[in-house]
Amino acid sequence: MVIDMINDDFKTLGNTETSNKVVMSVKNCNVFYGDNQALNDINIEVGRSEVLALIGPSGCGKSTFLRCLNRLNDTIDSCRVSGKIHLEEEDIYSGEIDVVMLRARVGMVFQKPNPFPKSIYDNVAYGPKIHGITTSKEELDELVEVSLEKAGLLDEVKDRLHTPGTALSGGQQQRLCIARAIAIKPDIILMDEPCSALDPIATEKIEDLINELKENYAIVMVTHSMSQAARVSQRAAYFHLGNLIEVNDTEKIFNDPEHELTKNYISGRTG
Amino acid sequence: MPLDDEVDMLIKGNIDVNLPEQSRRISDLQISSIETLQTQGLIKNKFNKTLFVSGDSRESEQAGILGALVGSALMLTITFLIAFPLGVSAAIYLEEFAPKNRFIDFIEVNINNLAAVPSIIYGLLGLAVFINYAGMPRSAPLVGGLVLALMTFPVIIIAARASLQSVPPSIRDAALGVGASKMQSIFDHILPLALPGILTGSIIGMARALGESAPLIMIGMVAFVVDIPTSPLDSSAALPVQVYLWADSPERGFVEKTSAAIMVLLMFLLLMNSLAIWLRNKYEIKW
Repeated sequence: MVIDMINDDFKTLGNTETSNKVVMSVKNCNVFYGDNQALNDINIEVGRSEVLALIGPSGCGKSTFLRCLNRLNDTIDSCRVSGKIHLEEEDIYSGEIDVVMLRARVGMVFQKPNPFPKSIYDNVAYGPKIHGITTSKEELDELVEVSLEKAGLLDEVKDRLHTPGTALSGGQQQRLCIARAIAIKPDIILMDEPCSALDPIATEKIEDLINELKENYAIVMVTHSMSQAARVSQRAAYFHLGNLIEVNDTEKIFNDPEHELTKNYISGRTG
Repeated sequence: MPLDDEVDMLIKGNIDVNLPEQSRRISDLQISSIETLQTQGLIKNKFNKTLFVSGDSRESEQAGILGALVGSALMLTITFLIAFPLGVSAAIYLEEFAPKNRFIDFIEVNINNLAAVPSIIYGLLGLAVFINYAGMPRSAPLVGGLVLALMTFPVIIIAARASLQSVPPSIRDAALGVGASKMQSIFDHILPLALPGILTGSIIGMARALGESAPLIMIGMVAFVVDIPTSPLDSSAALPVQVYLWADSPERGFVEKTSAAIMVLLMFLLLMNSLAIWLRNKYEIKW
């Protein structure tokens, strides 16, 4: 079956449920930009201690979906989201939720490393400061160090914490952004192609880091690299033109995909 | 004791002594007494400090630009205090908060048009609104400052919007991504990055306001004022208008005073523009 447009009747194949503790669950999520539908009826769960990789050709809605999870789509005027997305028990699109608090619980790492043009220390300390996570200077200093440590950056920068974060190399900047994201103690970290602007060595470091981080966080990662998805993720979801075609354990997706489109994409015939 | 400008002109050789006495501006008696004084060494050519320490005068040798300088400084202060905060706030609102609708489009078109309105129209507006309607004093730096503020306002909005737009969207995403509210992301991240550009644009707008004479003529700042203004409500002159007044005076001495005043005005413009460049280079954040 070939889908060349959004198909309202399409049902996602595979298993959308996670075997771990559910952190985020998405039900019947539709996204529209003006009159164009970008995502059609997405259902998926994200579990703790696992990496969920979102794969699919460009323009299939992966990034749009990711940005629904922390409501970053709110900044786009024409964007409309329907359906239910729950972070643990709370509906994040309900009127009662404070979008600022939501984003404090959902960290995000972007495609291009985007540290603030401030010092390394200030980059990490900014989030905790605005959320009042720490009460004293000492506590904040410690949190900054722990976050940098977790991001595997502390050894490289500990004697120059007050130099600009923008002076670091690309890979270091991306790890700084990860440190910034985990400093606000989120439940879930969203990563939008975190390695696409990095060289293979920096990529390897980030992948190792993701492997360590998944013990404590739920991670949703968009990636264009099949091999990266295979290396770091436990579950994978294949998107195609706004439809979520198939979700399953990464091993199953890569070795025995159910849908023709997934098979073609994995084997490199499309995409 | 300063000598009369006629004497000055004679010494500088600008008066032809071979002309008959009736068609000269200086008599034979005067010429002979000046020559006597010169041979006794009593006439010296000195730097005329009066230019910087006194107000205007009918006598060109006693006329100074201090009154005009103080007047211009008072006006620019008022202009800056009004136009800068208002202009920057308006730019932030239009850039970050305003909904996209026809009314806002209409406002934007009008701001762009206002920046191109001839300055004398602003003078007319000031005359009608501030002086005739609100009853503010004529020739006062307060009114001049208000008029120049109206004129600089759209320029600052346009400059500020351009620098806000040039802040990369990745910084907005980063700030929102760590859970900053919209206000926090603007005031902690976007505004500091845009500020050098905003300041540069504002200072250049202010420099244009400093050199403006047409609107000030409309609100009566063209009056002959000898006193140095001590408050924004006193009558005062302004640098460009002083240049205009002196250039219009028949006495030869004023020709030289005009040149001097123009040089002072240009120095100030140069200083402000250098300040703008210096600020931009100092606070520009490089990626």
